[in-house]
Amino acid sequence: MIVNILFYVFAAVLVIAALGVITARNPVHCALFLVFAFFNSAVIWLLLEAEFLAITLLVVYVGAVMVLWLFVVMMLDVDVTALREGFTRYAPLGALVALIVIAQIGLVVYVRGLGLSADTVPVPKPDGYSNTAALGELLYTKYLYPFEVAAVILLVAIVAAITLTMRRRTGQKLQDIARQVSVRASDRVRIVKMDAERRP
Amino acid sequence: MIPLSHVLLLSGVLFSLSVAGIFINRKNVLLLLMCIELMLLAVNFNFIAFAYYLDDLAGQVFVFFILTVAAAESAIGLAILVVLFRERRTINVEDLDLMRG
Repeated sequence: MIVNILFYVFAAVLVIAALGVITARNPVHCALFLVFAFFNSAVIWLLLEAEFLAITLLVVYVGAVMVLWLFVVMMLDVDVTALREGFTRYAPLGALVALIVIAQIGLVVYVRGLGLSADTVPVPKPDGYSNTAALGELLYTKYLYPFEVAAVILLVAIVAAITLTMRRRTGQKLQDIARQVSVRASDRVRIVKMDAERRP
Repeated sequence: MIPLSHVLLLSGVLFSLSVAGIFINRKNVLLLLMCIELMLLAVNFNFIAFAYYLDDLAGQVFVFFILTVAAAESAIGLAILVVLFRERRTINVEDLDLMRG
């Protein structure tokens, strides 16, 4: 019962946060609403017994990705008013599309019944069951190759992001390692042969 | 006990809100990317709900991979956005018509 109440409360707040994301005037507010939506989803995921993913969502998504978002949003000096033009013009169309999609999904969920009775209670997990351990066991055995591919995807993302944003500025002071290594002593030091001179 | 259909409906509402967001904010690339993040979150809800009700962890493993790909996507997307802004001083979709034939 308490789980139900928590679910509906957090679901309502999540929908409000999502509305904030798509209607807020300032992109920074949008990003903060998105963070709020992630927090609420993490709670709902906890209620659905996906503990590891809930914490991952908070640590990785809110902690890393959304901070990156906020940095970029604040770095770009965006003229918000120009980008808001047409908001009221497109709002009815957006609302219509949203209603159609909701109606379609509702029909699928309620009419077809999905072959699962709504009251099926998942088997309660035994004491000492660890979602993280179970997930890790699966990831490192059955899904080992997809896991490695995911690691490669992350590496590609790092390389792509760095190569895209790195730029050579003119007038920058840089070391040229190849030139430093290939220097000979004769390029830098000149040895002069001369007779000894008497002190005047 | 949360009924499965309510979780699915919540995810559907989230998804359609983000579709509406794409229609409403069609000029701002930054907000379009944010709506895509919201969409991925809605999809993840479905996976988590079915993983719970069918008692199958495969759904959670898939969410794990979706989170990975989404993180990579937003990193590359934001990098492209930063380069774009540096070149053109705008992120308005209507100004980005360089490749129009």
